[in-house]
Amino acid sequence: MSTDAGLQAWLASRATVWQELAPLLDRLEHKRNHTTAEALSAIEMYRSLGRDLSIARRILPASRVTRALEARYAKLHSIIHRQPHNWHARLKALFRDEIPAVVRELRQPILWISLLFALSAGAGWWLVATYPDLIGLLASEDMVAGVEQGRLWTEGMLNVMPSSVVSTQILANNIMVSVAAFAVGIFFGLGTFYLIALNGLMLGGMFAFTHQHGLAGELLKFVIAHGVVELSVICLAGAAGTLLGESLIRPTHATRRESFQHATAKAGKLLVLCALLLIGCGFIEGYLSPDPDFPMLSRVVVGFGYGALMVAALTGRLFGRQPSQVPLKSYS
Amino acid sequence: MTGPTVILQSITGVDVELRVAGPGSRSYAFVIDWHIRGILALAWFFALLLLFGGLAQFTLTLPALSPLALFLVKWSPWLIYFGYHPVLEVAMRGRTPGKRMAGVRIVARTGDIPGVGALLIRNVFRLIDSLPGLYLVGLGSVMLTKHNVRIGDLAAGTLLVHDPVESEKSFATLHAATASSPLDPQLVDLAQELLDRWTELDDGARAELARTLIRRIEAATAQSQGPQDSLAQQDTEELRQRLLHLLSGGRPT
Repeated sequence: MSTDAGLQAWLASRATVWQELAPLLDRLEHKRNHTTAEALSAIEMYRSLGRDLSIARRILPASRVTRALEARYAKLHSIIHRQPHNWHARLKALFRDEIPAVVRELRQPILWISLLFALSAGAGWWLVATYPDLIGLLASEDMVAGVEQGRLWTEGMLNVMPSSVVSTQILANNIMVSVAAFAVGIFFGLGTFYLIALNGLMLGGMFAFTHQHGLAGELLKFVIAHGVVELSVICLAGAAGTLLGESLIRPTHATRRESFQHATAKAGKLLVLCALLLIGCGFIEGYLSPDPDFPMLSRVVVGFGYGALMVAALTGRLFGRQPSQVPLKSYS
Repeated sequence: MTGPTVILQSITGVDVELRVAGPGSRSYAFVIDWHIRGILALAWFFALLLLFGGLAQFTLTLPALSPLALFLVKWSPWLIYFGYHPVLEVAMRGRTPGKRMAGVRIVARTGDIPGVGALLIRNVFRLIDSLPGLYLVGLGSVMLTKHNVRIGDLAAGTLLVHDPVESEKSFATLHAATASSPLDPQLVDLAQELLDRWTELDDGARAELARTLIRRIEAATAQSQGPQDSLAQQDTEELRQRLLHLLSGGRPT
């Protein structure tokens, strides 16, 4: 038998095996908890398919059979190399170790962004206090008219819509603002600075405006229960956004793309916790904050209690992290 | 013409080249997905309105509904619309119905299935890619980058590659044609390709190609279904049947 005839005979004999691959691969892909025997058999199949593909490429270069084999081989490769489905352990590692490590690395940006927010709020207060007409740039006509008539826009919020709808609307908006504060960091961090400064200006401006009409206390009463965490989360997302900007300005890897990708993966973890915290804020803002019967002291307790919970989550202690656990840098 | 590629490196030393999808395939997949999620969200919205009686009363004033109904009617369609990509991409391991139809899928830069984190980050950056409208930033980025990626892909370290769906037929045909006769597998491959593209080719071209292949196959197998002159007189359907018969190893098709 000549070499070619031998190879052809081999090809014919293997074609049956390859035909049976598709259902086998589908089963492997959809099953989650494989036994050791199944895993070993998949690896053996991978080796064998690699050999077949190598020979098929020689006998039938650029043919449909070879392309079909390549597709099967790539699929089996992906199945073998995919991450294990250990959600519980992965979530635990994320919240207990990885997010605290990111927070620790971002301590300085968090401080700077918070300072920017506070300064912008101060500037907003000063601007509206000095030039009251500027409030038209920060608030809608209805809001301005309402405050001028001695009524906050938050009053009767629950008469218009039920708490569930208000909560969801608020949390969707807050998540959007936080995600935006993070994502616009791609503009070399300038987008994040702009968004944080704008939010600070608005907050300061609104407080100055309500103060002029004797309603600042009412606004504080509304904000205090959810605001502690909500504003902190926006600053956290902003700090994560500056990490993206910094990765482009001062790359930590061989290329800016790699550096950006690395920074996004790292900072994105913090965003998961931010989103969860904002869900809590949404509920407080939808159910507790607009309720006129909810006393101020309780609002302060809820606000700072939730704030303490946020700190515990950011340091990982809420998820069982011990203060002495090191090293945190290893997750960067 | 070959576009950019990414190599799926294997420990066995047999690497596979994956072709990166261009702006056309990406846009095609996106448009299909956009229609699906839009129709799903709208259908769900109207179904809920019907269910809660809002539509029956010819009123779309949401406060007329109960709090739960209002919550569902107002938010669940948005959840379908915005959750479509992240949820399906995670659940279908880098695919969506639109991507499947366009024959593309998301992979990590190593060619592997991307992780959940990467898929979520990819979707977060839709916010930037969709600026200032109609996904112009994303489209610009796809056109200007080496691997045709949008900003979300740059952030997540992902690529969109062609997902070849080579039919099982190629293995079955190979087996049938080579099991009982010493038929050259390359010839089988060519004949199968001709049959698959039969309707795409014009009459003259497919007839000419079929005749050439039939002559070669019959010469190789010493199997003839009549004088060679008859080949010139057979119409395209007869030629197709004759080719199918030869590929099935002489068994009835």
